Amino acid sequence: MNQSTFTLIQNTPLTASVHELKLRGDCSAITVPGQFVQVSLPGKFLRRPFSVCDWTEDTLTLCVQRNGSGTEALCSLPAGTELDLLTGLGNGYSTRHVTPIPLLVGGGSGVGALYSLAKHLCDRGKVVTAALCFRTAADVYYVNQFKAIDAQVYVYTEDGSMGEQGNALDALELTHSQLFACGPLGMLAALDANEELDAQLSLEARMGCGFGACMGCTIETADGPRRVCADGPVFPGGVITW
Amino acid sequence: MVNTNVTLCGLELANPVIPASGTFGYGLEFAKLYDINCLGSFSCKGTTLEPRFGNPTPRIAEGNAGMLNSVGLQNPGVDAVIAEEFPKLAQVFRKPILANVCGFSVEEYVAVARKFDACDQVGWLELNISCPNVHGGGMGFGTSCDSAAEVTAAVKAVTKKPLIVKLTPNVTDIVSIAKACEEAGADAISLINTVLAMRIDLKTRKPVLRNITGGLSGPAVFPLALRMVWQVYEAVQIPILGLGGVSTSEDVIEMMLSGATAVGVGAANLRDPFACKRIIEQLPAVMERYGITDLKSIIGGAHHG
Repeated sequence: MNQSTFTLIQNTPLTASVHELKLRGDCSAITVPGQFVQVSLPGKFLRRPFSVCDWTEDTLTLCVQRNGSGTEALCSLPAGTELDLLTGLGNGYSTRHVTPIPLLVGGGSGVGALYSLAKHLCDRGKVVTAALCFRTAADVYYVNQFKAIDAQVYVYTEDGSMGEQGNALDALELTHSQLFACGPLGMLAALDANEELDAQLSLEARMGCGFGACMGCTIETADGPRRVCADGPVFPGGVITW
Repeated sequence: MVNTNVTLCGLELANPVIPASGTFGYGLEFAKLYDINCLGSFSCKGTTLEPRFGNPTPRIAEGNAGMLNSVGLQNPGVDAVIAEEFPKLAQVFRKPILANVCGFSVEEYVAVARKFDACDQVGWLELNISCPNVHGGGMGFGTSCDSAAEVTAAVKAVTKKPLIVKLTPNVTDIVSIAKACEEAGADAISLINTVLAMRIDLKTRKPVLRNITGGLSGPAVFPLALRMVWQVYEAVQIPILGLGGVSTSEDVIEMMLSGATAVGVGAANLRDPFACKRIIEQLPAVMERYGITDLKSIIGGAHHG
């Protein structure tokens, strides 16, 4: 984990509620897709955790959903703003043994969080199937980004206003393969109900510290209590007590 | 050269800074980030006889200039702490620690205290009779003079180590409770634990915390903690470990002027994992700025003259 100052270099609205933020700073602590950062916001005591959507040595991309006053404030910051970040948090996905045709399922704000994993797997010659699931057409983002890295993209909307009508569970019909998923807890729980799946699930949680000290984000698992921030946020399928 | 040494119940500390229980785990997360031997000491996560998951989530919320938690004493139980956490801690921390003792009955406090009393790594026992997030224990013992004195005396009887009793601010008269603990044999008082609080989510119109209430900590409570340390200092002879919202070296000095011999740092560690390191590094320069050469000489300094 690193603590350092980042500079916001680009703040782009992708939909009415999701912004893509590009920041410049030292990303050396980020080592694996699926890790997250904690962003300190002016006037807020607690940092806000966000999945890393993409990173290079010195640039960081986050997709931020406007959810409350903190994320609202973050999405309205102009380029040039300096922000204090903790980087390189969480375990990230395990990519040592990945089948040739992995299935990535993202829901809502979890879609962007799967991008760096998709990129990483495509770079390694995997045929990535990316199922991007949203409530309605107006919520859809990042489809072109996934297409640009040659992922096989399938869009699902609950109301059928774009792509297929359906949700994350329908995406399971695309391929019976290793699953990587990020999205709302309800979506992950529904996916995890399919016991035969070889899955890695990235959880979101209301966190205090983000690095394992406060025990604020603990979940119950088959192996005992686990901290989403420090033991996760990625957990294997079949271990979480939903 | 300034002197940052203080003495807490006969044990010397290189500086008064002590990360507060529940904000520093068993030290290992922070030891990965910096050499925690720079600390005066630290107080380990509140520990009960049996393992506890704690309260259902969400159990973290934000306040203005602070945070609320309703973690509810998640811990692996005293036996696992001693068998697994302490040996790992010994690899990275050479100083005696404060073992934070929790319970739901006098018998449980005594049983946990007996086990910690046998550990060389433990310098002090910190008796937590002030957790606002558990029912039928914790704060229940710290809200009346009689029950606070009863558990203090019972634990004092089974330990050779200095006994620090940690008090809750959620009472009508903290001074009388501090005096009751002193009379029952406490060697020091630590205060304050968190302040009972809540938040409501405007979208769902429900409390943010599943437990409904939680404990408020952070800069918001600093003036409140400072006032209570002041009042208790006037009433007891034993030393005070002052804590509540301390975030800077200046806060440390202010807390000591109010009467604290040592100073806890809690929520600041969660917002800034390097908070204690920074406070300790900046302390000599801040002392010089205010003309302080020997830190222990200022304890209670605001009360005199």
